[in-house]
Amino acid sequence: MNTNSNSYTIIYASVMVIIVAFLLAFVSSSLKERQDTNVKLDKMKQILSSLNISEDELKQDAEAAYNKYVVADQIIDINGNVVVENGGFEVPSKSLKDAALEQVPLYVCKVNGETKYVAPLYGAGLWGPIWGYISFNSDKKTVYGAYFSHEGETPGLGAEITTEEFRSSFEGKQLQEGGDVKISVVKNGKVSNSSCEVDGITGGTITSKGVNAMLHDCLKRYANFFNK
Amino acid sequence: MDLFSKKNKETFFTPLWVNNPVATQVLGICSALAVTSKLEPALVMGISVTIIVALANVVISLLRNTIPNRIRIIVQLVVVATLVTIVSQVLKAFAYDVSVQLSVYVGLIITNCILMGRLEAFAMQNKPWESFLDGVGSGLGYALILVIVGFFRELFGSGTLLNFRVIPECLYVKAGGFYMNNGLMVLPPMALIILACVIWFQRAKNPDLQEKNN
Repeated sequence: MNTNSNSYTIIYASVMVIIVAFLLAFVSSSLKERQDTNVKLDKMKQILSSLNISEDELKQDAEAAYNKYVVADQIIDINGNVVVENGGFEVPSKSLKDAALEQVPLYVCKVNGETKYVAPLYGAGLWGPIWGYISFNSDKKTVYGAYFSHEGETPGLGAEITTEEFRSSFEGKQLQEGGDVKISVVKNGKVSNSSCEVDGITGGTITSKGVNAMLHDCLKRYANFFNK
Repeated sequence: MDLFSKKNKETFFTPLWVNNPVATQVLGICSALAVTSKLEPALVMGISVTIIVALANVVISLLRNTIPNRIRIIVQLVVVATLVTIVSQVLKAFAYDVSVQLSVYVGLIITNCILMGRLEAFAMQNKPWESFLDGVGSGLGYALILVIVGFFRELFGSGTLLNFRVIPECLYVKAGGFYMNNGLMVLPPMALIILACVIWFQRAKNPDLQEKNN
């Protein structure tokens, strides 16, 4: 057979594309359910990580741990009033980047008998999106813990925001005052007010700035809730 | 037919060192820069590329007599892209943690020049088993260089290996010591410099690879 003729080439290409399309569609649809479950479990893990829940406990059964610690996943509006008592979990973090968004999720949690709040964060790093969760005490003034993740920041540089060292530097910092977000990430070594400023990542300046902008942009929507 | 004949062994072993895809063929430099600032992504990338090259080599080798010459590059690209997409979907469903770690690197595999290079140069002319060996050998050769570069960059850039602390915390300036991490190590230029040193060492050991002075 002449494999160089025009008709053979066209038929070959068409058949190949159809086979590949069916194959990919089949794989994608048959695995969809498992993938969605994984994404859901991962989100639960991320929320709980911001509450400093140990890695071991999350590995065993993330869903059980989530049900144990998280009391309610509320949605609150810009005035700080609860709109939906349970359903904040369903709101994708991605929607937070819309500046006009007026209703934001707020997780009410109980860790060792104390009430903690968790707010989702979403922003832009150097190469792609970054996101995270920040938890704070019931006085709404002190940070309890933080969790950050990213899609494609540079390993060793911007990607260091996920490390325990960077995350734990947020603990105990002042979150806000009178509704103004105080917690900030500044250039490494330039901390002037250690009660609310955190050292950035050396060599990861743009990612550090992204984390700072993300904290301010996302948390300012909670201003009225903070003042309540 | 002997599965492990002398020739087959050669197909497998030469890409590991003498005909290394990165050091000798100078393919896949781009990803060698991008993923080697830590040892772990370098390892993961090396293993993923090995699996994909081996599979793609086998598929292309099976199809080699039917592929129309004029669209062979497109066919190769479609096979690679399909394989990568399927592997990434399966990982997402069954090994979510791994897929999160791989994140953008999975996409990078498609654009890895080693894949196209091996498909075009080897799988199009050889039988599936030989192509498989060549794929595994090339992938491992690539992984080897990545691991060497990643080892030095993580050790001197972050003082850790696979995220375990190797250089003790107490030696650092922060804790009153004298040591500081080398910031240049985690930046891309250092990957090129270390890579060049690896190539230098490899040429020095293999006089055959040295260019003759006229």
